[in-house]
Amino acid sequence: MSIAIKAENLTRRFGKFTAVNSISLEVAQGEVFGFLGANGAGKTTAIRMFCGLLAPTEGQAWVSGISVAHFPRAVKKVIGYMSQKFSLYDELRVEENLDFFAGVYNLSKQDANQRKEEVLAQFGLQDVRRRITGSLPLGWKQRLALASALIHNPRILFLDEPTGGVDPIARRNFWETIHNLAAKGVTIFVTTHYMDEAEYCHRISIMDQGVIAAIGSPQELKAQYGKSTIQEVFVHLIKGSQIESHFGLPGIGSTSY
Amino acid sequence: MKSNDQEIIVSVAGLQKSYGEVEALKDMNLEVRAGERFGLIGPDGSGKTTLLRLLIGLLVPGGGEARVLGFDPVTQAEKIKSDVGYMPQRFSLYPDLTVAENLQFFAQVYRIPKAERLRLTERLLKFSRLGPFQDRRAGALSGGMKQKLALSCTLIHTPRLLILDEPTTGVDPVSREEFWNILDDLRRQGVTVLVTTPYMDEAALCDRITLVYQGKVLASGIPDEVAASFPRRIVQVFTPQPQETARALAGVCGSGAAQLFGDRVHLAVTDVDVCLRETRARLIAAQLPFTAIREGKPSLEDMFVHLIQQPTTND
Repeated sequence: MSIAIKAENLTRRFGKFTAVNSISLEVAQGEVFGFLGANGAGKTTAIRMFCGLLAPTEGQAWVSGISVAHFPRAVKKVIGYMSQKFSLYDELRVEENLDFFAGVYNLSKQDANQRKEEVLAQFGLQDVRRRITGSLPLGWKQRLALASALIHNPRILFLDEPTGGVDPIARRNFWETIHNLAAKGVTIFVTTHYMDEAEYCHRISIMDQGVIAAIGSPQELKAQYGKSTIQEVFVHLIKGSQIESHFGLPGIGSTSY
Repeated sequence: MKSNDQEIIVSVAGLQKSYGEVEALKDMNLEVRAGERFGLIGPDGSGKTTLLRLLIGLLVPGGGEARVLGFDPVTQAEKIKSDVGYMPQRFSLYPDLTVAENLQFFAQVYRIPKAERLRLTERLLKFSRLGPFQDRRAGALSGGMKQKLALSCTLIHTPRLLILDEPTTGVDPVSREEFWNILDDLRRQGVTVLVTTPYMDEAALCDRITLVYQGKVLASGIPDEVAASFPRRIVQVFTPQPQETARALAGVCGSGAAQLFGDRVHLAVTDVDVCLRETRARLIAAQLPFTAIREGKPSLEDMFVHLIQQPTTND
């Protein structure tokens, strides 16, 4: 199985503060990987390094075999990225948003049109293609944001809290889509605060105070810690360490950057 | 039960609000009683924030009426403000000020006498467990701690009614649990809390709830009773392969779509015994593993999903 994302002792410091402290992991092509952790644990810093937006202080990472430290721009071309604040232009029509992102990725006119039709069909957006984006319900915007992130046909997709605030049915549909993409070989690297969603990942990691506290399939982690849900595993791991940091080393792990 | 427990603190009748062509609130009705923790539950875009803004007089309704602590938000907003703490989704903390300085600042805004300020600040720091971090700049706090500081600032003038707009969205599970523990303390002190959340597990922690969707009330009542009013029975399947299992079980024994809840699949059925047999047979035929199949209690999320799938909904 080929490796889509690899980190070796990946570290990022801001002044004296170590936001990401020597993390190592491998994510396989076509895997749905859940990247969990407490607020301020270093998830966003790690994702920014994987996406070529922030240089590592130490250690290395490769995305699709490309070194994020040496070729950050090349990394950006092979990945798709979608955040909770869908980066859409509300004043533009649905298809104009897709045109815009096709332009950002320098698709040829022919490729851009072909991919646009493909993602409109894939996400059931054909009927609203002429609608102004700002007038769409949230669940539709979420699908458009995902379509935009996929316009250049990336093999690796980073999703940062993609389901915050959407209704339970839209959430379920979204995860169905994620698994369909993974079945076609797209690697999904996703963060979420909904612990039930962690169960839909092939593997997850739980990050705390800059380090990966646990990694494995949801079944493995539940068995390892003797808990019946990922929520309980999460609370067990994070709470234990927070008590330590409150009374041992005051607050080091709780700072957010 | 104290005699004032049935006092109505907030009442809303037929409230409507549109932004241009978008009807944010269609017909909102609810009552919040003194001392209770009331949850307004629904996804983004269901009208929760619009309702809260109407209650504190930031918006003027298109129809219907509201009373907060006996006052009309349209004409008596000033009277409401002195007894209400409102925490919007993006509360404005001063990132360059420390935790303690932010509290001092809000104490000044609310004209708390100088002698009182220090005592109140110390009490709130203790109460929010932010004491060890009082000298840290607000900008350097984690998401969960920022929310606790925002809540503390909202409480500086000791309001009788607290209105919280999605205080735990984007907050990790441990910090969410801690935030709700603080709300428990407030309830014990007799503060009435009106809170909105998209998390169904938090709905269960409220005394009473209203489920809202697309600007309308779907259901109201005590969380357990709302969940129990689910019109069918629930068969639960525990499985290491939830998504494959949900797909394989779609429509089994007339259950419609199978709903995923982490490592559980819920089927809404009428005849449990028949369904237990058929579900087991179908999973064995599909060679899908499962750890248990049994009847379970309907959850609030089952009810919510059921209600939003109805073509038309009645209260």
